[in-house]
Amino acid sequence: MSQMGPDATFREGLERGEIRLQKCRSCGQSVFFPRVACPNCHGIDLDWQQVSGKGEVYTTTTVRRKPERGGDYNVCMVELAEGARMMSRVTGFAPDLVAIGMAVTLFVGDIDDTAAVLCKPAEV
Amino acid sequence: MTHELRGKSAIAGLGHAGFGEAHGQTAYEIMAEASLTALADAGLGLGDVDGLFCTMMEDSMPVLMAAEYLGIQPGVMEGTMFGGSSFVDYLGKATMALNAGLCDVALICYGSNQRTAAGRLVTASRVPPYEGLYQPRYPVSAYAMAAARHMYEYGTTREQLADVAVAARAWARHNPEAFERGELTREDVLNARMISDPLGVRDCCLVTDGGGALVLVRGERAGDFPNAPVHVLGVGAGSTHRQISQMPDFTTTGARESGKRAFEMAGVGPGDIDVVELYDAFTINTILFLEDLGFCAKGDGGAFVADGRIAPGGALPVNTNGGGLSCVHPGMYGIFTIIEAARQIRGDAPGMQLDGVELALAHGNGGVLSSQVTAILGAASTV
Repeated sequence: MSQMGPDATFREGLERGEIRLQKCRSCGQSVFFPRVACPNCHGIDLDWQQVSGKGEVYTTTTVRRKPERGGDYNVCMVELAEGARMMSRVTGFAPDLVAIGMAVTLFVGDIDDTAAVLCKPAEV
Repeated sequence: MTHELRGKSAIAGLGHAGFGEAHGQTAYEIMAEASLTALADAGLGLGDVDGLFCTMMEDSMPVLMAAEYLGIQPGVMEGTMFGGSSFVDYLGKATMALNAGLCDVALICYGSNQRTAAGRLVTASRVPPYEGLYQPRYPVSAYAMAAARHMYEYGTTREQLADVAVAARAWARHNPEAFERGELTREDVLNARMISDPLGVRDCCLVTDGGGALVLVRGERAGDFPNAPVHVLGVGAGSTHRQISQMPDFTTTGARESGKRAFEMAGVGPGDIDVVELYDAFTINTILFLEDLGFCAKGDGGAFVADGRIAPGGALPVNTNGGGLSCVHPGMYGIFTIIEAARQIRGDAPGMQLDGVELALAHGNGGVLSSQVTAILGAASTV
């Protein structure tokens, strides 16, 4: 990954089906979105970690859309078990039933043929 | 200790133009008309302006476009763009420039034809790279997610959000300049078409045309103009993020810092304020800002706005012109919080004029709860 910046490294991971998340060696904080310095302690020792895929819905909204244009869909913020938050979408589940605090599993899927981090309800 | 800039500038003139639908007018024409009105209000002309503070929803160099349009070459130009709060921030920057002797007459101005340009939505923003794929509707989905989290943490209800819209409309019904003046009930808000849950269309600000302008001078000259001066007693800014996904805590905004800084500079507190003008892009804004500015405790905002407390006749007058929800919202509303606060102090508010207003708070929001700027304005008696 020598020449690639953090953004390209993250996107390369997505293309391979991996969710890559930065972790700051100096303060231990997980960092998303990927960047060159830790927004918490401003240290520059950022490593990549594989994520557990466990997360929880921090907040959520149902975006209303006419049925003929695809119908309502979910947009949410998911808090990863590792600590960072990212925007995502809970799929395969009625959007209006997505609730804050809901346990989810993160996976790499796609939206309009672009690789994206998506969520599904965690299996109990 | 008194801050050295407290009261050291004053609004000598104000104006607006193109409220509602300005058919056939460009954004720069609306900006220019508002500017000419404000300058005339101050007994000045374009030739007197040597400081220009402006941004617009269009162009990458709007302050240059504005100077060019107005036919002026001011020595001080400032066009920082962090959304609607920019205009409240210009009050502070203009105060600095005036008192550093860099300029003598500062013009703060804005204009937009957001409504009649519909179909050609005016924005220079690009889609946030880690959000765009999920297709949140900007900006409403961002505010919806803040509202959802506030409801989850504090038990805030859609009824309480609705009460913010109902109060704004009740003020607007007294204001002939307001765009929406029909009766609006809590049920109307709750039953309105949903946009991005928990926000429906009546939880969202208007899309109108409109422009506004302010003329700022040094405080020592404040008495030399036709209208009663409105002094800038304090300005404070605070920002927490640009993209909503980076907001550290979806229920706490940078208004906590901006308010603290503005109140410290002014040497007053929330209990001293006679009238509050908040950037109410969505109903949740009013609740968040009342909390973060210290008018009530964190989490109590929903109960605080219920039952008409911020409506006409209530204990705390908030958004006395009808706000962005019912009066005017041309892309960015920030400058109109200042204009209404100043008019309440001058005693020439277009709608319901309150008695004995000496201290007013104007608060601007920018981006998606990203940038917050608070100003405390006062009558000559408060300096």
